[in-house]
Amino acid sequence: MLEVRNIFKTFNPGTINEKHALNGISLTMNDGDFITVIGGNGAGKSTLLNAIAGAWSIDSGEIVIDGENITHLPEHKRAAYIGRVFQDPMMGTAATMQIDENMALAARRGKKRTLSSGITKKERESYREQLKVLDLGLEDRLTAKVGLLSGGQRQALTMLMAVLNRPKLLLLDEHTAALDPKTAANVLALSDRFISESKLTALMVTHNMKDAIAHGNRLIMMNAGKIILDISGEDKKKLTVDDLLAEFTKASGQEFASDRALLS
Amino acid sequence: MSFIISLLNSMPGAIAQGLIWGIMAVGVYITYRVLDVSDLTVDGSLCTGGAVCVIMTLNGVPMPVALIAAVLAGMLAGMVTGILHTACGIPAILSGILTQLALYSINLHIMGWGTDSGSKANLPISIDKYNLWVSSRYVRDLSLENPYLVLIPVVVILIAILYWLFGTEIGCSMRATGANQSMARAQGINTNITKVLGLMISNGLVALAGALFSQYQGFCDINMGRGAIVIGLAAVIIGEVLFSKVFVNFALKLSACVIGAIVYYIVIQFVLKLGLSTDDLKLLTAVVVALFLAIPYLKNVYKAKHVKGGKTNA
Repeated sequence: MLEVRNIFKTFNPGTINEKHALNGISLTMNDGDFITVIGGNGAGKSTLLNAIAGAWSIDSGEIVIDGENITHLPEHKRAAYIGRVFQDPMMGTAATMQIDENMALAARRGKKRTLSSGITKKERESYREQLKVLDLGLEDRLTAKVGLLSGGQRQALTMLMAVLNRPKLLLLDEHTAALDPKTAANVLALSDRFISESKLTALMVTHNMKDAIAHGNRLIMMNAGKIILDISGEDKKKLTVDDLLAEFTKASGQEFASDRALLS
Repeated sequence: MSFIISLLNSMPGAIAQGLIWGIMAVGVYITYRVLDVSDLTVDGSLCTGGAVCVIMTLNGVPMPVALIAAVLAGMLAGMVTGILHTACGIPAILSGILTQLALYSINLHIMGWGTDSGSKANLPISIDKYNLWVSSRYVRDLSLENPYLVLIPVVVILIAILYWLFGTEIGCSMRATGANQSMARAQGINTNITKVLGLMISNGLVALAGALFSQYQGFCDINMGRGAIVIGLAAVIIGEVLFSKVFVNFALKLSACVIGAIVYYIVIQFVLKLGLSTDDLKLLTAVVVALFLAIPYLKNVYKAKHVKGGKTNA
């Protein structure tokens, strides 16, 4: 499904702030893989997701989705294959537009936009049905501006929008990190449900080691722009947080440097 | 008493001017509010619209064709700004300034078309010799020549078209671009194209306002667009201050811009009658717009400083 071949990315090359964010990453995702990505601050987790989504171009390497080389495709064209949820709940939706209008925008991802109506009556009814799944009462507030919703509600809506027309790949970039624990658990449960119901291929970055272990069928750990651990199947099911910390120290030769990951 | 009579006498003119500048304000609303871009191209494209319309009319082109040409010229100006901004990576505000500056020379040449020097700073056009659609001469006449009979339908039709356009898939993608660029791109919207498109529509409207205003005042002048952006912003802001709570619908929000422009011109007439010199108008406009732009921000600063219990808990 997704093939990442030896990609490199350096920010601010040739300056004092030079940062080798991705150091020759290769990753093959099979159809239906749900991979959780973990690593310390600055390990390159979000950079990897942004590279796949096309937020900027990579220095070298190749990215292939479903047999198509998308390395040189701009971000908005890759969107045809990719659904995304960002860390910042404000980033995934348009605050000044209505709930149904936001969903209509997502439903047209990867399609040619014309002068036909931006949202039809029929669509509106189907959105009302789909919003019921979130169980947040949003189905009764279709024409409310998204800016009026709470962060958790917005993130749940973004989640729904990301899977609306079954993307080939779903990218979740610490999408629960900015939410309170209860809301985070809800959004995480929702993610699990969407991914298993629609049999999506997904990549989820998280700071939370327990979440990384509890979700998905495969776990990768990153450090200094490289993948240092890749565990799947039965081995992953038996993992504990202590195992992960030990693996990290063994693979990287240093202590795991993220208070957030340990405390949560 | 004579003050009130003279003020009332000036009202038909003020409202007609407000309607024309209202079209311009709607153009400013599209960039400033919908796209979230401050576009200074308008100071130049207003005159471009007037120049194209007047020079074509003087050369015997029928008015509908001259108006369409003026709109297209404005759209071209908007496209240049858009390309400078998106394809060349120049900040939007600077792109607009560059286009505006270039238009100064271009407008001189448009007005001087066919003359020996090839450049002219002022181009009169007489209602007596040409079939103009609007003229200030008939603004108080109860006849078919009254400019309101053209201006009101034009404004209504424009707002109807824009209301439809911003409800289409393309229109929605323009709104999404202004609301949240990263979201728009993640939903597959080419934000470069939507920005260029918005700038084109905006400047097309501004040029149309310029074309109508040149006819209305009977001439086109190289300086007619100076400070136009501030007048447009003033109209947008006045409209929002007066109607933002009641006008939620997009068509009504556009109408609020037009009403804002009318209110602006009524207030201008008022202060002129009070004895303010026309030389000081631009200073007054700038101060008023600056105040209205600053007030929401200052309100927040004030609130943040005076949170209940904030000092004791700190």
